[in-house]
Amino acid sequence: MTEVTSTLPSDGSEQALFISPEEEALKSLRQKFPDALTDDNRDGYEGLIVAPESLLEVARVLSDDLGFNFLSSVTGVDLFDDNKLEAVYHIYSISNGGGAVVLKVQTDRDNPVVPSLTPIWPGAEFQEREAYDMIGIEFAGHPDLRRILTWDGFHGHPLRKDWKEPFFEDEDKPFGSRWPDGNVIRAEEKNVYGMNVQYPPGWVPTGDEYDVETDIYQGLTISREATPSMKTEKVTVNIGPQHPSTHGVFRMVVTLDGETILGLKPVMGYLHRNHEKIGERNTFIMNIPYTDRLDYLTSMSNNFAYVLAVEKLFDMEVTERAQWIRILMAELTRICNHLWAIGFLLNDLGALQTPMLYYYIERELILDFFEATAGSRMMCNFMRFGGVAYDLPDDLRGKNIYDWLDELVENRLPATLEEGNDLITGNEIVIARGVGVGYLSPEDAIAYSASGPLLRGSGVAYDIRRADPYSFYEHLDFDVAVRYNGDIFDRYLVRMDEIYQSIRILKQVIPYLRETQGGPVVPGKPQYALRAPRDGEAYGRVEAPKGELGFYVTAKRRDSNPSRYHVRAPSFINLTPLGKMSLRHKVADLVGILGSIDIVLGEVDR
Amino acid sequence: MYGLGVIKGLGVTIKEFFISYKDDLAWVGKGGRYYHDDALLERQSLQGEGISTIFYPEEKLPIPERFRFVPFLVTDDPAPGQRWGHDWCTSCGICSKVCPPQCIWIERGKQPNGRPKPEPEKFFIDIDICMNCGLCAEFCPFDAIKMDHDFELASYDRTTAHIHDKERLSKPISYWRSIAPKKAAAEAAAREFAEEAKTRKKNKDADAEEDRIADAIARQLVYRGKLY
Repeated sequence: MTEVTSTLPSDGSEQALFISPEEEALKSLRQKFPDALTDDNRDGYEGLIVAPESLLEVARVLSDDLGFNFLSSVTGVDLFDDNKLEAVYHIYSISNGGGAVVLKVQTDRDNPVVPSLTPIWPGAEFQEREAYDMIGIEFAGHPDLRRILTWDGFHGHPLRKDWKEPFFEDEDKPFGSRWPDGNVIRAEEKNVYGMNVQYPPGWVPTGDEYDVETDIYQGLTISREATPSMKTEKVTVNIGPQHPSTHGVFRMVVTLDGETILGLKPVMGYLHRNHEKIGERNTFIMNIPYTDRLDYLTSMSNNFAYVLAVEKLFDMEVTERAQWIRILMAELTRICNHLWAIGFLLNDLGALQTPMLYYYIERELILDFFEATAGSRMMCNFMRFGGVAYDLPDDLRGKNIYDWLDELVENRLPATLEEGNDLITGNEIVIARGVGVGYLSPEDAIAYSASGPLLRGSGVAYDIRRADPYSFYEHLDFDVAVRYNGDIFDRYLVRMDEIYQSIRILKQVIPYLRETQGGPVVPGKPQYALRAPRDGEAYGRVEAPKGELGFYVTAKRRDSNPSRYHVRAPSFINLTPLGKMSLRHKVADLVGILGSIDIVLGEVDR
Repeated sequence: MYGLGVIKGLGVTIKEFFISYKDDLAWVGKGGRYYHDDALLERQSLQGEGISTIFYPEEKLPIPERFRFVPFLVTDDPAPGQRWGHDWCTSCGICSKVCPPQCIWIERGKQPNGRPKPEPEKFFIDIDICMNCGLCAEFCPFDAIKMDHDFELASYDRTTAHIHDKERLSKPISYWRSIAPKKAAAEAAAREFAEEAKTRKKNKDADAEEDRIADAIARQLVYRGKLY
């Protein structure tokens, strides 16, 4: 690449030769819709501002004609100063890879109506519900616009800038009361339990004004006669929120005809804590340990995506050794997560505990390494802007760290996987339970914004490490794991393949780590009081073990807090096709289908 | 043949079943596989086979140096008859400013004439809120707050026992040296180096170039990029 660019004339014409797919798409969009589109000219912002009435048309051209068919992220933004709300869409091309086409729609803050993109991308459903819930944008044409993370009957939209939480102390951290004359306050003393609920003025609750469940159940009513000869009746059943095998506090409202599923609506938000509001109160560095708690099985990947986004915003360089350490950590996390996911999938299919516990032993070894390196097994808080917090330790369990890693990836993990293959892959019961169950076609997988193993299990070879490389992944040799049947069994196989590919990556990374020993892991002096050097926005995304994890961060110049902080959570968005996948299957298969998506409720509910 | 996969799988579980007793036999002559430090180390190593669990609380996992739990405050080694020495904390407030959940409250000390004294009057950490992220210890410029290894903090009453005051938080430097010897040594070396650089800087005869390099190395050491 460097050779090619060096032969080019230096008058800037190289740009004319290498037009990225997203630039090309933007260009043809501008030609096609000269009236409806304006460039986003705000400092540090990119993309096009679309007039609300032509959004659907623009999106259809983008998706059908220009090949940008993957709606990755929908973000609602409160532009409080301009009295506007904004919806930001990041749209990627599955076939071309590369960066995003960013579309923005601005609407009045008092009457915010934006057309829904669900006719083109059904995957927008949950994300638009989230934007409605959090920011209050009404999506016209959305099939089921209800609150999703907060409860029905919640007053207000919590991510608007003028919404204050019951324990509100200050606009931004650090809070002034902590130093120099700190008086300890407990939130519960300031806001006594029972007194910390706010009702709209003049509203006296009687308990019967709104039946919160009616909407869900009505959405599931299906106009189909019960099977006449059998005299069966359709029943609506709540599965969850607390079956241990459902991976957390997650509820599925299911309409059944006998054992067959006719309709399904996921209900989430039981673990909701408004991570994004906390993130907007936090300074940039304070968010890193909070991201650990999103998907608590893959905290290293969460750190990675967040620091990538902020480094983009801050135009920061990352040291070489830190890059290799990051990749080492991300791939070990992937192995950890997939071992967990496979173990739990088998648990869901009825192989109670046994394979899970075999895999736990390996996972524990990796967690030992995390503990020795980052100080914590799961809440790693390891990455920093520009690098990582610590260098690798000298030794682990009395063994040189590099030898330990070598031993792990050369002998220990492959042996376990071999044994796991014997135990699971050929097992007739697993095949009977997995093959053909929970089918998701490649077209649907893309349309439903599925990512990660769910997408690749459906035959779409899209991996961000390849399609839009970040960090040093472009220097590494690995294959994108892909399987073509789109069922539970293939998702299991994709995860197995990915573990093998991760081991392959690790084998390449460890020599680099030996080579760069002693190199700096952060450029210069680590700083805690970081301020944004410019206005702007940044979207950083990584191929997290569960799918595409993205952070959308905007900031104002010289601010130490992000003004908007949004998480594109793969577990959350991968749940969108759950209803479709489980249609016409039996109840017993439903648990397996959910297990094959591999969700963590800490990330779903945020 | 249909069913072969199931049989193969059962073979794996049977193998694992027998392996779980293998180490028991191997350690019979050496005092048993449990309640034995060497056996524990082997069980937890990459060569470990069979049951890898430990009998907590009788047995405990070895804790790595960087393990972090609720922070403590470093003081000098106490004089005989006293519990703590002089506080290292200068009440600069960086830890309370960088703390993500804002669980640190510091009251800055005052001299009789009303001017601030570089010493905390009071220091509280609400350990219910603390998320053990370690940012306070990472950014303390005086090595005065460190992450502890003591994770057994359960108590019967959270309203009285879970706000740690200065008395509860203070621990002598010798304790830090005992739980994190390598890290403590690296930090001590860095402090010494920084001190030396400072005195060299005061010495006007010294070469400016050399000063700058020494200063840079000191910073490197202090901010543990290379060491710990």
